[in-house]
Amino acid sequence: MDKMNIQHAGDVNIIRKKHMKLFFAGLVIIALVFGAGAVTNYNHIEGVMSIPAAFQWLFANMLFSGSTLSNLPNVLRLLWETILISIVSTTTAAVFAGIFAIMGSKLTAVNPVLMYAAKLTASVSRNIPVVAWALILVISFGTNAATGFLALFFATFGFLVRAFIETIDEASKDTVEALRATGATYPQVIAKAVIPEAMPQMFSWMLFMIETNIRSATLVGLLTGTGIGYLFDLYYKQLNYEMVSLITLAIVIAVLIIEWMSNLIRREIL
Amino acid sequence: MVLKTKERQQLAGQEKKADDIVFPFDSDEHRPLDTKKDDAPVIMEISNIDKAYSGDKKVLNDIAFDIRQGEVLSIIGPSGAGKSTLLRVINRMIEPSRGSITFQGEDTLSMKGRKLRSMRTDIGMIFQHYNLVDRSSVFENVLHGLLGYKNSLQGIFSLYTEAEKQRAVEIITELGISEQLYKRCDELSGGQKQRVGIARALIQDPKIILCDEPIASLDPNASRTIMEYLRRISRERGITIVVNLHQLDAAKQYSDRIIGLNGGRIVYNGNPDDIDPDTISRIYGSKLDELIVE
Repeated sequence: MDKMNIQHAGDVNIIRKKHMKLFFAGLVIIALVFGAGAVTNYNHIEGVMSIPAAFQWLFANMLFSGSTLSNLPNVLRLLWETILISIVSTTTAAVFAGIFAIMGSKLTAVNPVLMYAAKLTASVSRNIPVVAWALILVISFGTNAATGFLALFFATFGFLVRAFIETIDEASKDTVEALRATGATYPQVIAKAVIPEAMPQMFSWMLFMIETNIRSATLVGLLTGTGIGYLFDLYYKQLNYEMVSLITLAIVIAVLIIEWMSNLIRREIL
Repeated sequence: MVLKTKERQQLAGQEKKADDIVFPFDSDEHRPLDTKKDDAPVIMEISNIDKAYSGDKKVLNDIAFDIRQGEVLSIIGPSGAGKSTLLRVINRMIEPSRGSITFQGEDTLSMKGRKLRSMRTDIGMIFQHYNLVDRSSVFENVLHGLLGYKNSLQGIFSLYTEAEKQRAVEIITELGISEQLYKRCDELSGGQKQRVGIARALIQDPKIILCDEPIASLDPNASRTIMEYLRRISRERGITIVVNLHQLDAAKQYSDRIIGLNGGRIVYNGNPDDIDPDTISRIYGSKLDELIVE
């Protein structure tokens, strides 16, 4: 056997190199923080120092009293409307996204032209932010619930197509091969391999989008003049901060409840 | 070579245990040398097959061989030799770039649609990673083997006849997994999953079963069970088994004929007993040294 050259541990400088990298990365981040502050005339120390005062102001102005609570039914009604619109737009988007994902996944694509068309449609609708969708649609549809629905629909659709395509590719690759090898038809492969294997993960993505959309719906409502967002905007402009804090609190609680529920559902199906 | 006898002894030691746990096999340690296999009818002729994925690099290069009825044919070779591609060319999961395949007197490479599906029902396939629908039951997975015989609607709505369901139960029982019938496939062990895979192939009533590294993810005991099942299937039902293996020992022990693949070319095609160190070095290339040292 050849004599091997045994290296000295002292020559192996892997750890030292890593420490140097970490050190320089830290320097760069600190430089960026102060550089950005200098350019934008923002003083970090002053910014941090003003936080206690801001909170004091918040507590002084936003703690709501009993008389504000009498408006609660109205808040809840609009919040409920907002939640429903998010759920309806997400589930509708999920159905369409499912069809487009099957066309757009390499694994299940019917033909390449349709595949790229599906991917392009999804990419366009995904890369226009939901706020931009709302502003564009409000011009043509006016300020009503349908505009909010459509804005959420398009943004959700684009995101879900992409998530679904990845799910299909990941979850059902092997099974699709096996069923094709038995001589199964295309619809059979979709029904027996793709859907059972990908469905739980797809459902989980849909629940995630419902949660996200309840948050976005508030913002969209602000722009389209519907739902809880509209109410928020209204009281905010009247400088009625007690109502603003009540609405914010209601939204936070609603989102927490929805998250908790979707986690329950997720645990059941996965 | 020393190690080899050791391994044999180990295998013999395991034998009793395996039989107790798994299945009462016929205790034929020695492969019954069925000389008849050499004049069994040819059911598939493969000639001049080339496959190139991109550019000039050929994954398969001028592949030609016959497949006979009821034989166990092993395809061995180093990783990247083209074993998996070759297997998938046989049932046209991968399209070859050139060549011809004749199966039961018909040219398979020109088949389309219904004809292609009907050809695939005659060729079962099992996989290294089992490729079962994990979230469905064993029973449903076995019935998936019948999809090729069904039209789309019958398949989608699981409209199987009572006789078909009965056959599924029989095959599941025969493979010793009847207790798992209701279980979801992700609850099974590797060996059990592979038996579900075999059951799914068997219910197709195929002429050939293609096996892509069927024991590569299994422990020695389960591997042995699966190989025994495959050999039994070929002996008792006259179904041809074409199996990709990277374990030379298993190939020698269980097959009637071995094809050695290297760099997309067939470098050996013959009796497993005639494989000598020289042949091994031709199949595995420079890896021979490593094989001996190990």
